[in-house]
Amino acid sequence: MINLGQDEMAKYPFLADSGQYLKDKGFTLEQFGTDPDLKLIVDKAYHRIEAAAEGKIYRSDIDEHAKDAMLPREVFSFLLAVVLLKLSGMQTLIRRFSLAESRRAEKFLERDLSKFSEKNKEDLAIRILEDLFSIQVKKQNNYFVISVSDYLEHSISFHEREWKLVNRRVDAGLVFLTSHETVRLVRKELGSYINSKIQNANVPTMSDSFKEPVKRLESLAKKFPTIVVSSTEYPPCIKHAIEVLEKGENLPHSGRFMLGTYLLSKGQSVEQIAPLFKNAPDYNEKVTLYQLNHLAGSSGSGTKYICPSCEKLKSQDLCFIIPECDGIINPLQFGKKKIVNA
Amino acid sequence: MHENDLKLLEESFKKYYFDHFDLIHVPNRPSEREFGFQRFDSGMTRHLAIKDDKELHLMLMNNIPSDVYCSNACYSFPNLPMREKDWKEADLIFDIDAKDLKLDCRKDHTCNKCQSCGEVSVNSPNCPKCQSSKLEQKSVTCKNCIDIAKQEIKKLTGLLADDFNIERKNIQVYFSGNEGFHVYVYDSQYQKLGSRERSELADYLMFRGAIPETFGFNRYKPDRSSFSDLNEEGWRGRLSKHIFSSKSKRSKIISQILTNGYSSFQNQLDEAKNEIGVVIDPNVTMDIHRIFRLPGSLNSKSGLVKQKCDNIEEFNPFTDACFIDDSTTEVLANCPLVFNLKNKKFGPYNKEKITIPKFAAVYMICKGLATSA
Ligand code: SF4
Ligand SMILES: [Zn+2]
Ligand SMILES: [Zn+2]
Repeated sequence: MINLGQDEMAKYPFLADSGQYLKDKGFTLEQFGTDPDLKLIVDKAYHRIEAAAEGKIYRSDIDEHAKDAMLPREVFSFLLAVVLLKLSGMQTLIRRFSLAESRRAEKFLERDLSKFSEKNKEDLAIRILEDLFSIQVKKQNNYFVISVSDYLEHSISFHEREWKLVNRRVDAGLVFLTSHETVRLVRKELGSYINSKIQNANVPTMSDSFKEPVKRLESLAKKFPTIVVSSTEYPPCIKHAIEVLEKGENLPHSGRFMLGTYLLSKGQSVEQIAPLFKNAPDYNEKVTLYQLNHLAGSSGSGTKYICPSCEKLKSQDLCFIIPECDGIINPLQFGKKKIVNA
Repeated sequence: MHENDLKLLEESFKKYYFDHFDLIHVPNRPSEREFGFQRFDSGMTRHLAIKDDKELHLMLMNNIPSDVYCSNACYSFPNLPMREKDWKEADLIFDIDAKDLKLDCRKDHTCNKCQSCGEVSVNSPNCPKCQSSKLEQKSVTCKNCIDIAKQEIKKLTGLLADDFNIERKNIQVYFSGNEGFHVYVYDSQYQKLGSRERSELADYLMFRGAIPETFGFNRYKPDRSSFSDLNEEGWRGRLSKHIFSSKSKRSKIISQILTNGYSSFQNQLDEAKNEIGVVIDPNVTMDIHRIFRLPGSLNSKSGLVKQKCDNIEEFNPFTDACFIDDSTTEVLANCPLVFNLKNKKFGPYNKEKITIPKFAAVYMICKGLATSA
């Protein structure tokens, strides 16, 4: 465990050992559940989740003068948010919360990384990258450098062409990055790290003052439906596209085309598929239905589009080939062909 | 395959293996590799474990394989089915094949064999005898192709050393035994990379997917001061050398690029790929479960050896990879192409009965352009 100062703890509350932290500060979870004076912090925790659910990044306005009193509250509100989430069991909210909290931490990480004059700050950020994500970062002039293999392992799921290795400064087995890019590299993993922290946290006992906010979380969650698709038999490219959408991240047009045509060919209806796109940042029901109907050939031209070939998808960075893809040329064949000689 | 051809090939291959145990070895960490082989008259046997040279030589003598393979990957259980092998890591492999170079000389050493009637022809889309369109291309190894492939190898090994920091001693080049080369990288930081990551490495080396921003052309606020320069390392430097050619022309060419616009520069990058990128087969590099022809073994498409090339410039596949003996052999040859082996010129033969050294006979039989008389 990384040793943290008070303000570092406020920035990266997910690094804290929550039980220990409360004890150190002289509190118990039960107190938060019963003490009306602490209700304010429970409220703060609720708002922190609410903001996350709406895709906003929780802003801690830390007043320099009242730092000592405020910093612990920042940490408490995070820890209590986790408690409330656990009690509610709402996976959608947990996912959104993890994502938003990782965006928040990302900002701090980036700032800490670029403040290289304050030597120890830089060290913490670099240590987080190394301890949590096993990336060894070194400073070279104005760049942060990491090995090509580390870079590839962490950047491989990015779709934007600027992340392709060929568009990076590479020399002597190292990739040269800005602080922003270095931190961006671990966004996803930071999210999953926070998510797993929450998943592994103990479920506390329900107490009276948690009841009300937990109820509110349950109704909040209904605003963000998750679509359950049994994705076991899907090829990796399709699985990946569904994951991207479920996380509320942006899927490029080519990816939507692939997903739409694939699922239509598998016999799903336009109405069944449309909800998948609900989480997309630019979701518009009308447009989505129109586009899907277009792919299905039930509007306009009547042309039915078919799922692009693996080769085409590879060139669009949508292919995530695994051994089971051996010998197929279109995702539609996935799972149908036996692997020769296997 | 005809009975007599089979006999001739098996005898020749057996003799090679028997006489040249010194050339054929298991790779490092043999007990973690998957081996496989094919016989002339049957399918592929895979998922074999072979622990040392002795076992390998025994396998060769017992089976007289037409082709022998070994995985670039290391597994905990190499002889179990793929799903249960437990993949650990794999050497990085690059395939440079003359066929992918698409050179003009290609048509001069390629002919077609009809899959219906066996007629051999040059330059015709259909079989001149039975009009079938099912033709199989047959080509012989060509010096020009090999020379250009060598240039690609130089490009490749240079990039591997400079950009990926791979030590020269960990790079080994092999002649594939037919029309190309395999470049192996051992013990690098890349051993544990998966398929998608390797595909990125391949794209990098091929200069695929480069965008104008990388070289300083920002779509929304173009600014000449951010353009790459000739002395930079990596692709920025190499592309600069390619498009500016000299320091003095740089400024003028940048102005031109800016006038022509973003998408025109993108096209220029896509085209540059063919000249400055390395021509490798990306599918080979990204496949981490493949078995590759074992170095030192014979290639049944030619009867030549997959030979280690310690000095690539000097390497001459027509002599250095040709190990079948030169006892006289009588064949019926139908080979419209000319080829060179062991400093002798052979062909063209128009359905002739000829007496030639065994290595040339084996070469043509392997290519399907002769049968033993
Ligand atoms: S190989 Fe085909 S099916 Fe497999 S991930 Fe790539 S595109 Fe999808
Ligand atoms: Zn014919
Ligand atoms: Zn040629």
